[in-house]
This record gives sequence, C-alpha cells and structure tokens, in this order.
Amino acid sequence: MAETLERVFIDVEVDSAVAADAALAKKLEEVCPVDIFKAGNGGVEIVAANLDECVLCNLCVEASPEGAIRVVKLYEQ
Amino acid sequence: MSILLSKDFTFIVQGITGREAVNLTKECLDYGSNVVGGVTPGRKGRDVHGVPVFDTVAQAVENHGAPVDGSVVTVPPAFTKDAVLEAIENGIKLIVIVTERIPRRDVAQMVELADMRGARIIGPNCLGLIVPEVCKMGGIGGPAKDAAKAYAPGPVGVMSRSGGMTTEISSSLTQAGLGVSTAVSIGGDAIIGSTYAELMPYFEADEQTQAIVIYTEPGGRMEAQLSEWTSENDSRLPIVAFMAGKFMDDEEMKGMSFGHAGTIVEGKEDTATEKITRLEAAGIRVVERIDEIPDAVKQKLGVAA
Amino acid sequence: MRFYEYEARKIVELAGIPVTKYGFCTTADEARKAAEEIAGPVVIKSQVLSGGRMKAGGVKFADTPDEAAEHAEAILNLEINGQMPRGVLVDPKAEVKQEYYAGVVWDGTAKRPLMLFSDMGGIDIEEVAEKHPDHVGRGHLSNLLPIADFEAKQAIAATGVTGKQLQRATPILARLARLFRDNDMTLAEINPLAELTDGSFVALDAHMEMENEAVGRQKKLLRGRLEIAEEDTREPYEPSAFERNVAAIDAADHRGVIQGRDHGFEGNLGLVIGAGGGSLTLTDAVRSQGGKPANYSEIGGNPSVAKACGLAKQVLEKDGVEKIAVMMSIVSNTRVDIVARGVIKGCLELGKDPGETIAIFRIPGAWEEEGFKILDRYGVEYCDRSVSMWEAAGRAVEKIQGTAA
Repeated sequence: MAETLERVFIDVEVDSAVAADAALAKKLEEVCPVDIFKAGNGGVEIVAANLDECVLCNLCVEASPEGAIRVVKLYEQ
Repeated sequence: MSILLSKDFTFIVQGITGREAVNLTKECLDYGSNVVGGVTPGRKGRDVHGVPVFDTVAQAVENHGAPVDGSVVTVPPAFTKDAVLEAIENGIKLIVIVTERIPRRDVAQMVELADMRGARIIGPNCLGLIVPEVCKMGGIGGPAKDAAKAYAPGPVGVMSRSGGMTTEISSSLTQAGLGVSTAVSIGGDAIIGSTYAELMPYFEADEQTQAIVIYTEPGGRMEAQLSEWTSENDSRLPIVAFMAGKFMDDEEMKGMSFGHAGTIVEGKEDTATEKITRLEAAGIRVVERIDEIPDAVKQKLGVAA
Repeated sequence: MRFYEYEARKIVELAGIPVTKYGFCTTADEARKAAEEIAGPVVIKSQVLSGGRMKAGGVKFADTPDEAAEHAEAILNLEINGQMPRGVLVDPKAEVKQEYYAGVVWDGTAKRPLMLFSDMGGIDIEEVAEKHPDHVGRGHLSNLLPIADFEAKQAIAATGVTGKQLQRATPILARLARLFRDNDMTLAEINPLAELTDGSFVALDAHMEMENEAVGRQKKLLRGRLEIAEEDTREPYEPSAFERNVAAIDAADHRGVIQGRDHGFEGNLGLVIGAGGGSLTLTDAVRSQGGKPANYSEIGGNPSVAKACGLAKQVLEKDGVEKIAVMMSIVSNTRVDIVARGVIKGCLELGKDPGETIAIFRIPGAWEEEGFKILDRYGVEYCDRSVSMWEAAGRAVEKIQGTAA
C-alpha cells in the first residue's frame, strides 16, 4: 500500500542554542504560513509532515537570530 | 496607443485586503499601474503595500481628489453585485470583475446597470487586461517581472475566454517578435460584460493594433456574433482564432446541456466544428495548433514568418 | 441543477400557476389511492431525469385505480436511459382543448432573460420555431425593472392569441418569468400549458433547471419547500471512484483547487494538467497526436504540495495508466516548484521512479527556475515556454508509445 513520505524536498534545521527558546518557538509558529513550526513544551518543534509544504518565504529565518534557522533544499544536494 | 488603459489611468481595488487582492495589488504597483486606493468595508485607515484602504468607493474617490477611472473587484460572489453597483454609481467607468461563480442573474443586473451609466465591465471570472509597459489591471501575467517576460508591446490585440491562455498566447507572440497592443482576459462565464464583438470597436479605433488573436471554447454564441460583426463592419483588422475543447464534440463527452429551448434562442448550439466553419466563412483564420498562431498572424500582416 | 417533473410542478404551483391535482407516489398502493382520489381516468408518469419517457414505456394511461396500481408497479421497476425512477406522478387525464408552450431561458447575447410563447404546444419548440415562426412569440426582460404583466401579454399576442385565452395565459407567463428570476433558473418551461374544455388553463408538465452557482442561495426553496438533500446534486452521471476521490482531496484542503474527470476517457496517459483553457488545449493536443488520455483534470489557484501529490497519485492509480504528463499554460499564480514537488512525491509514494513515470513536465511561469532544479534532481524530462503546449503534448505521446528518440 502507498506510504506517505516526509522530508523529501525540504528540511529545517534549528540550532540547539535556540531550540528551547519558548518566545522564539511561539514567534515561529505564528509566522510560518504552512505550520512547519510548533511551540511545544520543550520549545521549537518541527512538524515533519509539513516540511515539504515550505514556500521558501524566509519569514522563519527573518524572525530568528542569524544562523539559528536553516532551510535546506534537499534537492540541491 | 492601446485600448481602454493609458499611463495616466487610475484605478482602485475593491476587496483589497483579501488574499488574492493583496498579491494582485503589489503586482500592479510593481508594473507601474496607478492603484490609487482600495475598498474593504470596515478597514478604513489601513494600507496595502502603501495603498490607502477605505470603507466606501466614494471615500476612495474623494481621497484621490479627481475622478477614478477604474476598479478591480475581487469581492466574494455573494457580495460582488453590491460592490460593482457601488463602483458604477460612484462614476467608475471601467470595472474588471475577477470573482468567479457569481450567479448569472447578478451578472446580468450589473451589466445592464453599466450599460445605462455608460460604464464597461470586463469579466467576471477573468484576470483583467494589460497594455505592455503601460498598465496592468488585474492578476493577468502575474508578478511584474513575469508579466514583462510574457508581454512585449506590439501590434496584436488579444482576447481570450481563459485567463491563463491569454498569457500563453501573448507569450508566444512576444517570443515570435510580434508583441501585444492590449490583451484582455474577457472571462469564462455564460454572461460576461464584454464579448469579442463588443471590444472590436476599441481595437478598430486603435492605431497600434494591426491584427487580432482570439482564444475560444465551445459553448455560447460569441464567435457567431464576432463573425457577424466583422462582416457588417468591414473591419480593417485580420483575425486569427484558436479554439480549444474540440474533444468535447465526441459522443461520449457530451456534458454541457442547454435546455432544448435554449437552442432556439442561440440558434442550434454550435459544435466546435460548426463554430470553426462559421468563423472561416467570415474570413477569420482558425488554426489547428496553438503554436501556429504567430505564423498565421505574420501571414495576415504580410510580415516574413 | 435539474429537477424531476414532480418537483418542477411544485415550483410552478408555488409561483401561483395552476396545476392539476396530481399525486407523487413511490408504491403501487399509493398510486391506487391517488387514482381513487382523482376519481377518473389518470396518466401514470415515470419520474426520471431523462427525456423520452413516453417512448420507453414510462407513461401509461389508466381508467381504474387497479389499473393505475398495475401500471405504477411496472413503471416503478422500469429503467429509462440508465435511470431508475424516484417514483411516479399520477395525474388526472385532462380534457384538453388546446396545448400551448410557455418558457423562459437566458439569451446570452442580449444578456437578458427571454420569454417564449407558442400556441402550438405539446411538441418540440425548436421545430415550431423553425417551421412556424409566427406561432412563436418572444420578449426580452429587463434584469433591473420589475416584470410587468404586459410584457407577457405582448409575447403572447404576437402569436395571434386573443380573447379569454390571452387574458388567462398572460398572468401565467408573467409568473413563470418571475419564478425564473427569483429562483435563479437557467430554464423554466411549461409544455404543454393546456387550455381545458372548461376554458381554464393548467400546467400539464413542467421542466426546470437551476443554475448551480445559485444553489447556495436558494435554500428556502430547495431544502425547505422541496426537501432536496444537499448531497442530491443530480449530476448527469454517477461520479467514478477517481472523481469522488479527487473531489474529497480537494475539499479537505483549501489551498488551491483540483478537479478530475474520467467519464468517457479510457486511455493509458494520465493527465495532470490545468489552467482552464490550458486543460482543454492540452487534451485536444494529446488526442490529435494519437495519445489516449486516461482522464481530464484541472489544477487551479495555488495548490499545496499535498494536493498536487494527491491528484497525481489518483491519476497514477487508475487502471491502465502507465505514465502521466504534467502540463499547463504559463502560470502566474500556481507555483511551478510546488507542483513539481507534488507530482514527484506522488510517484515516490507509489514506489515509482519519477523520471520514468512522468512522461513530460511542461509548466512555465512562477518559480520555474526552482522547479527546474527539482526536476533535474529526479531525472524528469521537462521543457520551458519555448516549447509549445502542442509540442509538449506530442512529446508525452511519443514517450508513452515508445516512439520517442
């Protein structure tokens, strides 16, 4: 039977230094138009099922300290 | 010259704070169009990409301090009639209705009022119109740099029932070194504000336009109406037509059904083949393949292919 | 949206137009009771959304209630043009002196409703218009002004009808025109409108069609008066599993629009195509070059990767589909890279190689450079705007027929 794949085209890497930042987690959850980020108990959580919906808007990068979030185009590797 | 639009043409966007309208507004601004205001009831005081938002068309016009020439309406179908009537009654003369799925009765009412007031409606269910390097009114062609790629200025007037195909055809004319005087996405609904025949007089009066390309589909009598118009008016403009949807003539595909009385109004509903025959009888060249359009136009213009 | 005759009769009755004392019955017993109430000869009519009922044996006359029950039983089990009846209409057999035609339709060129009237009712109105044009009266209606009785009167008088008949037919045609407008109909016909031997006028049959776009604002009539369930859309044919599945995927996600149709298509080349006119143009182009589409589809707006993936998978899972062609006219709103991700993912999730499965990818426009990177990475053959839709379709056909270079 057909499976559902995740993380085929896009991955998002969150620097460990900011991963636990609750305020950042909330901000990321707000700005991402495709719900890749969730503000969980431990801070920034990635909703893997939504990664491939990334529209490359860069709002997450702009909302974070420099280098804290990396949007990776897996098809360029 | 071009038709309907100019460098000084001003317009507002009704429903400007909506998802589609916000994009469309930026695209038009980037293209150099004069978007002078927007209307979303209750949102007065905001701005969208620097364009001031008002509660009413009257406020937007007053703020501009001079008559506003046009409006792009993106308001949802249940409210479109109200928005268009408001535009017409506030002196707006060219209204592009982007919204789709508006009940026919509403469209017919808007069109009748526009007629009474000397206003013109383009659409509904359309992407607007564009004069290359002069003005873009609606989502046609997309973001400014994409529109610039597809639409170069030139001698061909384009009219299309499909928004996407307006750009596809115009792009092929641009790639062939021809170019477009004005391209109009006239809309896909059963009743629209401006048919091919109704726009022809504008193209006829425009020195820049030397030929016309139309994109058409099965359904309706617009092609017959155009054929009649060109015959009765001794038009100077050669016309090339492309028709899509010929496969719908096949027996197993029969979908659209008009009530049988519909045929006595419109004449026996033309199949794609019948439409083609009718167009050719009126001197309109119908091409089989979409990529034959530029060469057909060049032939009509007496230009080397 | 189409209506059964028994519903159309109700609509007409609600508008103040006289109808016979009819009964809508779903069993032979009910038909017997209806015939007893009518207490006279009756006609039993199959209630299907198809024409040609008479010819198919779906209309029968009965002189007694027992006979009525017998005929009803037969007709209730009679399939006409692939449809089983919802029930039967039991109508008193009318004493008709003359039959007329009254109808209202849209005139797309005039952009106004048009009233039609004829004193030669009961037969095909197109035939009458062709062979006896002065027996057909017409009148356009304003969309803005109230509909006045005199407008109907004029249309009727143009056929030569005068006297009591003119007086009686006028309000009927006017009310038909008003119901056409008020109920967002695309067609409203009474044929025949009968003048009975006692001089009264009655609608013996009615045919109505409502614009689909307006169904949402006609709830009072549809759900209230006629009790038609929301799921009861009366499409001309039963949607296939493919069509239903695609509709479900579309409904579950508001990002962008996808549609799929396979009624009448039986080929091996799946089409993931879009942009309205683009779909028509591409389907023509594939067929004209010898290709056999397995389906028709539409992608519009800005769909999510999930939606594009869902459509691609549904197409690929159709019986007999070997490859898919992903093609559109130049897109401004739809993102090329998002559609690329979607269709490639669809292949991967089904365990198929995108390079092998996608015969051609031709979508020029927004974010195309990004899309090309993705397509390159997965070995999918693609072309840019310099390749026409015709040529791209031809390439897809070559690949699937194995005649490709």
